[in-house]
Amino acid sequence: MVWINIKRILKLGFVNFWRNGLVSVASVFAMTITLFAIGSIYLGTNFLNSALSEVKNKVDISIAFKLDAPEDQIVALQKDLTLLPEVKEVVYSSKDQELTAFRARHQDNAVLIGSLDEVGNPFGARLNIRAVDPTQYEKIARFIGTKNDPSTGGGNIIDQVSYKKDVVDKMADLINTSQRVGWAVALVLALLSIFAVFNTISLAIYTSREEISVMRLVGAGNPYVKGPFMIEGVIAGVIASLLALILLYPSVLWVRDTTVGVYGGINLVSFYFSNFGIILVLLLGSGILLGLLASYWAVRRYAKI
Amino acid sequence: MIYFDKVCKIYSNSVALEDVTFTVLPGEFISIVGHSGAGKTTLLKMILAEDCPTSGNVYFDSVDIHKVSKGKLPLLRRRIGSVFQDFRLLPNKTAYENIAFTMEASGRPDDEIKSDIPHVLELVGLGGKLANFPHELSGGERQRLAIARAIINQPDLLIADEPTGNLDPINTAEIIEIFKKINQIGTTVILTTHNKKVIDSLGRRVITLDQGRVVRDDKEGKYAL
Repeated sequence: MVWINIKRILKLGFVNFWRNGLVSVASVFAMTITLFAIGSIYLGTNFLNSALSEVKNKVDISIAFKLDAPEDQIVALQKDLTLLPEVKEVVYSSKDQELTAFRARHQDNAVLIGSLDEVGNPFGARLNIRAVDPTQYEKIARFIGTKNDPSTGGGNIIDQVSYKKDVVDKMADLINTSQRVGWAVALVLALLSIFAVFNTISLAIYTSREEISVMRLVGAGNPYVKGPFMIEGVIAGVIASLLALILLYPSVLWVRDTTVGVYGGINLVSFYFSNFGIILVLLLGSGILLGLLASYWAVRRYAKI
Repeated sequence: MIYFDKVCKIYSNSVALEDVTFTVLPGEFISIVGHSGAGKTTLLKMILAEDCPTSGNVYFDSVDIHKVSKGKLPLLRRRIGSVFQDFRLLPNKTAYENIAFTMEASGRPDDEIKSDIPHVLELVGLGGKLANFPHELSGGERQRLAIARAIINQPDLLIADEPTGNLDPINTAEIIEIFKKINQIGTTVILTTHNKKVIDSLGRRVITLDQGRVVRDDKEGKYAL
């Protein structure tokens, strides 16, 4: 009995969705825009996060030693640093290696290379340190400071310590802000689309007022009168989520092609495919929820005859 | 079967029904007559629980109609078939679907729906119009379809609000014949009409309303306005 009723309500919902034509198309359209925004923001968030971790991996502390710094002291410092639990890796680069690297980077600049030949090797040796976690760079930098201070028994051999914490922090801030803005935009769009779907379904209900009153008079209960409208909302949500999923693909291709030079490591297209299931569930879930909410409100408001 | 107990209905400033008391017995065929605005439609709306009385009670088989919970109201309405002057059919549904909807709403099984509908359409003379939409039918045919829908669930009571108001004399006579047949098989019929000929030819109980009050209640009444 219950199953027969569910089957009939489902059937009525599908038939009404089909016969309502333009109103149904309008609901689907409004929901597709929102779901596309939700999908874009989900993909964008992941894209930015992986970009951030990529950059974090590239960041390290670089110690430039004075020209006259003795190599044994540098190697000793390297050993000390390696023993720190916060440190992942310490790479030693000698004065000659620094010079070779510089020459390689600027091989096209004849003036620079020419002047190098005149002054000899202006570079000191370097230690490049990578931390286990980028937040620990400051601690490591302090450790290096004490090692360099003659008053604490240090060697005063370091010329400069540089680490790109500021860049990482700024980038993290930027990403955080853009994510917050993104979700706020999605929320606004979701509310707008609930409103749009609410209006289109209200329109459908308003034009069916007479019909609803007839349904009531022939003894149709609440599930029978309201159920099909809810089903219509769900159908619109499902179609809209599938449309949004299809629309995301060319967008993802475009983003990959325009950012491939900046972030070589992240491929948004393969991310889209490897997370297809999650994106599908996210969009379907949001679509069904949007449709249900909008039609529930519309039905509550207009189907009270 | 139906009992109106001192029912009053007041709309903002006008009195639609005033101290209306009468009883309808099972199997009766009652006509309610009166000028426009006399309160005929309001009275029928009370029975269908489309409207509540300002004071007084309306009983259906000793159940106070207006105290029935919203959830149980559909069950009560399934015991009442209703026919209106403007037919009130579902415009987007075919003749078959219009009746099927009523049966589906009351939870009748599919095989019953399939077998009963052609039979009831045959009964009201619409045997070949199963797949027609209401706008493809004439006024008389639409009213027959509305009657078919009203009787498909074998209601205890049939309410007809000016059912012949939009019909020509031939169709009117045919529709009234159908009501008589429905009454003969035991269904109680309450009919409101302006049509003197219909009332006089029926020769059944007539309740006359005037400005919301019952002014006459005759066992074998004539049209007396």
